[in-house]
Amino acid sequence: MNFYIVSLIKSALVAFVLLTALAYIQWVERKVLAHIQLRIGPRRVGPHGLLQPLADVIKLLTKEDMIPSHVNKFFYLLAPFLAVMFALISIAVIPFGTEVKIGNFTTPMQLTDLNVGVLFILGLSGIGVYGVALAGWASNNKYALIGGLRSSAQMISYELPMAMAIAAPLLLLNSLSFRELVDGQAGFYLGFIPKWSIFHGPFPQIVSFIIFLIAAFAETNRVPFDLPEAENELVAGFHTEYGSMKFAAFFMAEYANMVTVSCVAVLLFLGGWQPLWPAEYGSGFLPTLILGISGLVCLYHGMNPARPMDRFTLPVFGVVFLGLAGVFLIPAIAPMLLPLFWFLSKVGVVLFIYIWIRGTLPRFRYDQLMSFAWTVMFPLAIVNLFITALMVALN
Amino acid sequence: MEHVILFLIFAVIAVVAAINLVLQSHPISSALSLVGVMGALALIYLQLGGEFIASAQLIVYAGAIMVLFIFVIMLLNAGTERKMKRNLWVKYGGLPLMALFIGVVAYVIERMLPPSPGGLFGNMTHGNPQEIGRLLFQQYLLPFEVTSILILIAILGAVVLARKEIE
Repeated sequence: MNFYIVSLIKSALVAFVLLTALAYIQWVERKVLAHIQLRIGPRRVGPHGLLQPLADVIKLLTKEDMIPSHVNKFFYLLAPFLAVMFALISIAVIPFGTEVKIGNFTTPMQLTDLNVGVLFILGLSGIGVYGVALAGWASNNKYALIGGLRSSAQMISYELPMAMAIAAPLLLLNSLSFRELVDGQAGFYLGFIPKWSIFHGPFPQIVSFIIFLIAAFAETNRVPFDLPEAENELVAGFHTEYGSMKFAAFFMAEYANMVTVSCVAVLLFLGGWQPLWPAEYGSGFLPTLILGISGLVCLYHGMNPARPMDRFTLPVFGVVFLGLAGVFLIPAIAPMLLPLFWFLSKVGVVLFIYIWIRGTLPRFRYDQLMSFAWTVMFPLAIVNLFITALMVALN
Repeated sequence: MEHVILFLIFAVIAVVAAINLVLQSHPISSALSLVGVMGALALIYLQLGGEFIASAQLIVYAGAIMVLFIFVIMLLNAGTERKMKRNLWVKYGGLPLMALFIGVVAYVIERMLPPSPGGLFGNMTHGNPQEIGRLLFQQYLLPFEVTSILILIAILGAVVLARKEIE
């Protein structure tokens, strides 16, 4: 019975944190994009727009829930549900850190350690196409249909190079379970170069990492591959006919897929929760340092406010940051929090690259997108996998 | 106990989806019912302890093949199929005959196969990818390679049939 209670608590916790994070990734995206485009971004609701996600959720929930009269009702309602369900399930096999110890009780920071976790994620990303394709078809609208068709074709095409890029580090690390993969990337070359897959001998996996990242952008329908919802040719693509919470479901699915793909990239190529440099050189004090400096900066700007409200908001953030910095120094909790810190900061970096590219690159043309997948990505992935396999066989 | 409950849930989903596949008149509904069958089967494999085969089922059948089916149905914009008038004999004799046939097949299989010790969930320990890979690339290497060449021939055939004639 213990097993069920623990699983329920962990699932509830992960679901809560994930859903909150999804809302705030969107806030971060709007802020970063705004600064890239020399704007300020959301800042009306709450300090620095921090309550904007909450306002958005309330707006979407209270909007009129309309169903157009010409749609196939059953599939029209099923599609957003499928999209968001398959996007959220993937998080179940992602490990976030080593393990939690409370007294005698230990449990891994992961919902379930499937020994084929990598394949499970691949399978779910393949099934995720149904949500988008069905939405396009059931809307009975030609823009939506073209968006849905584009999305299915694009996702099928880019799944091949993605799977092949994933296969290369799996060959080196010789496992399919995420936990074992991360454990295989522990340690350092020459005492300071981390043994992550992208630096892993005998054949560094930087090429696979880049192929994986490009394919992942296409899988999640993000700029520069957001053809399924290209607004200047398809209105809004597959979700043209959707409003209120059903639209929000697609939005949530997109961000959840982004999070999953970033987690997979970190676990497979960037060493999961392994630190960037050894603990002997003080990698354990990095979170304290970063949080402490942020806290002090917040306090300083709170003392000399540039805007009237900063006198009240910034000291609060400063105290919170300093408190967190202190938590990382408690010897009983630090070994649990440090892996979590490294994992989340790496995922954050990958997510930032997502947003950065959205602010930088224009959209591909559809034929360029397809020929890029089949004439550049696919052969490159095959050659890369072949060389890796050869190196593994020779060793 | 929970094993039996879970098995019954997935088995019922699989059977209901399979019946729905035949009963539905719209191709998209039928195709999606087939996806449901594949998914339920994958979950049953997972429950038996065959994690790899479950993932393969999910990736290959539910993920790749059925997406292609739906893609084609959407492209052709196939509509609802028309119901034909069946004669009385087929209408009322079909179901009992089918039940009889399934009963005979089940009886024959039950008599031919050695008695099994019942459903042992999670007891299959030979389903991990390492062992399957070893079997595929050592003991069954020749059939495996022959199958891959067969698939290659099928792909080439499709390309030859579908390409434009150049005058």
